[in-house]
Order: sequence, then structure tokens, then C-alpha cells
Amino acid sequence: MMTIIQWILLGAALFSVGLYGVLTRRNAVLVLASVEIMLAAVNINLVAFDTYLSDPAYTGQIFALFVIALAAAEVGVGIAIILMIFRNRHSVDVDELDLMRY
Amino acid sequence: MIEVFVFAIFAAIAIAGALVMVIGRNPVYSAIGLLTTMFSIAVFYVLQNAHFVAAVQVVIYAGAVMTLFLFVIMMIGVDKKEDTTEQIPWQRPIAIAVSVGLAAVILIAGSRAWITGRSVFGVDGINGTIEVVADALFGTWTLAFLSTIFLLTIAAVGTIAMAQYSPRRPEEES
Repeated sequence: MMTIIQWILLGAALFSVGLYGVLTRRNAVLVLASVEIMLAAVNINLVAFDTYLSDPAYTGQIFALFVIALAAAEVGVGIAIILMIFRNRHSVDVDELDLMRY
Repeated sequence: MIEVFVFAIFAAIAIAGALVMVIGRNPVYSAIGLLTTMFSIAVFYVLQNAHFVAAVQVVIYAGAVMTLFLFVIMMIGVDKKEDTTEQIPWQRPIAIAVSVGLAAVILIAGSRAWITGRSVFGVDGINGTIEVVADALFGTWTLAFLSTIFLLTIAAVGTIAMAQYSPRRPEEES
């Protein structure tokens, strides 16, 4: 018997793991990948609630598709920025990017 | 009953993949962990009868996005091990506290309002097929769909503009 609770628990666990990755990873590419895990956790919740409510407009699934499209655009732009940073500084360590500090 | 077993197995795989991703020392291992998580999430979508979203998840995340990640990881050097000595004191304990605290807050807030009512998991076989999703996407959500086209166009233009921009030292560029 599947219930909505276990999807919510799974989404919360994956979101928290992704948040930990965003806060602790120092490679900028992997910070971006952790953001992807957080977006996927949100998608799990959207699809679970769509199935749970059996929404005739399929709002949850459509919204999940839009989140996936947004994530793809975000990865493209983010990796372009990271490659620019790498070309300029030969490092993608986020702790060293303190140009705008103070 | 079999759905619960599939859910339990793939939930363990997804969380293990995510943990490998956030604490793996080698960036390539992190990418493989993310790939494992994305495939498990596609299995979850199939379990919820959202077949089209599952296909999109595999094609876009496991295909395009992971290829991009692996390409960039290889390009900017996999041999450089990330040193884990922290320059910011207390960063790691605070990060653990924030993550665990967020999960606790979600669960506490959820336990005060556990969702009740009808549950229809796994009874509607036609739910999530391409026909109904396309009907909603091009009917109800046309404006959002067109906005997504603009978003992707702007992102592509921005990416190309950033790739063409050359900083002060043009002689170093190929």
C-alpha cells in the first residue's frame, strides 16, 4: 500500500542531502550537481501529489516537466559561468572566489 | 505490495547515490552517484504512473545533463583531489546542523498536518501517458510552454555569448 507520506519523507531526505552538498562542496561543478538533487527532490513531491490528488489537469506532472526544463537551462548557463571562471583563474574552488567580498 | 518493495529498494539506492555525490572525494564518483540517483527517481515516476515524466527524466537528466557534468569534470581536471581541510571554521558542523534541522522542520510541520483522504496510487493505468500530458501541456498550459521556449532561447544565447567573450588576454585564447 503506497501512501503519500513515504514520498514526502523521501523528498525531504533527498532535499536535505542536496542542501548539505551545496553548503560543503568546494568544487563549483559539484555545487551545481547538488542543486540538481534538490530540484529532483522537489519533482518527486510534485509528481506524488499529482498522483495522490488524481488531478484532471495533470498540474503536478506538467510542473515537474517545467522544472526539468528549467534545470537544463540552469545547468547550461551555470557550466558556462564555471568554464569562464576556470579560464580566468585556473580553479573552480568556490572558497577562492572572493573577488566581490567587501 | 510489490510497489512497496520496489520503492524501498530504489529509495535506498537514491539516498545512497546522493550521499556518494555529496561526500565523494573524486568528482567522477560524485557524477556517478548523481547518475544513480537520477535513474532511481525515474523508477519512482514509473511507480507513480507518470511514464512520460520518467522518460523525460532519463533523456534529459541521465542523458544530457550528466554528459555535460562529466564533460566539464573531465575538462577542468579530475586529478585535482579536492582537499577537505576547511578554511572556514565550523562550516561542516553548521552544514550538517542546517541539513538535519531542515529535514526535522519538514517532518515536524508535516506531522502536524499529515495528509488524509482518498489515496489512488496504482489504480489508474492510463494516467501519465503521453496523450493526457500533451493534452494538458498544449491546452491548459500553452502560455507557460511558450514562456519555457523563451527561457531556453535566452539561456542558449547567454551561454554562447559567455563562451565567446574573451577577457583581457586574447593571445592566450585558441
